[in-house]
Amino acid sequence: MVASECDILAKAEEWAKENRGVALATVIETWGSAPRPVGSHLIIDENGSFLGSVSGGCVEGEVVTEAMDVIETGKSKMLEFGVADESAWRVGLSCGGRIKVYVEKLEP
Amino acid sequence: MKIALLSALNAERAKRAAAVLVTDLESGEQRVVKGGQLKKDPLSDALQEQLRLGKSGTVEDQGRRYFLTVQSPPVRILVTGAVHISQALAPMAKLLDFEVTIVDPRTAFASPERFPKVALHAVWPDAYLAQHPLDRYTALVALTHDPKIDDVALIAALEADCFYIGALGSKRTHAKRVERLQKAGFGEAQIARISAPIGLDIGAATPAEIALATLGQLVAALRKTQAVRAQPKVVAAR
Repeated sequence: MVASECDILAKAEEWAKENRGVALATVIETWGSAPRPVGSHLIIDENGSFLGSVSGGCVEGEVVTEAMDVIETGKSKMLEFGVADESAWRVGLSCGGRIKVYVEKLEP
Repeated sequence: MKIALLSALNAERAKRAAAVLVTDLESGEQRVVKGGQLKKDPLSDALQEQLRLGKSGTVEDQGRRYFLTVQSPPVRILVTGAVHISQALAPMAKLLDFEVTIVDPRTAFASPERFPKVALHAVWPDAYLAQHPLDRYTALVALTHDPKIDDVALIAALEADCFYIGALGSKRTHAKRVERLQKAGFGEAQIARISAPIGLDIGAATPAEIALATLGQLVAALRKTQAVRAQPKVVAAR
């Protein structure tokens, strides 16, 4: 079954209680045609396993990489993605939208 | 985020209670505001407005920006009638991430063989509702068009202000239903909350197509009109 936002947060708690390093990524703002609405979640563990989505698969790879850094340092990050990015050819939203994603570590 | 905060948020959802996670986007400070504490919170107006809309979003207060993660309880669907349409509706609803329960006192209909992996109760709706009351985050889909079974559930759904109420039956069947509800003391506006004949007008011909039309209408009620409300009244918008 497709995991809902609720299942994702429950899973994040489960992962954290298994003593895995876990980061939570949340879509904070969207402009234009963004694939996932504000409030959408992606959770990531220290091994790069992830559940949920913040886009249609366009930027998840980059968010996972950043999230692993967040898990290591414990410092939250605000990420921005859009076609205007110079990295547009690497990561970006082909739909033409822009999104802001907040990535934070789950702390005991 | 502290795991304790996440646990608090998840616990509220398990209780089918609304809650909001407030994140100060500058400092990273966070708090969980439960439905009952909304009025006392410094961001009270903004919290109530976002909850009313059922949407997460950023708000500004005294030059600071806060992200509000709004958590409405998961949507449930109660179906009266273990009929052919329900057999199609149950798996479709599951795919849409809605929790489905079917109630039908007629054991020949409400059999596990006909409804594998579905929460099925072969009891009268009043018996079921006494144990599992409806709320505004629940939809009622009445499919028996038998007043003995559907009416109790329809009345309970109107009283609980369910976000979607649909009832199967022809225009004539519904006209009689309206008469009964009027006699039970419901006004025109309340009765108009019932979608009947049930479902979007897509020319549905088969049971599965009627299930699809019904779920389409249900999703529209959920997403388009923001009918799922934590607060019945609109508070001052910011």
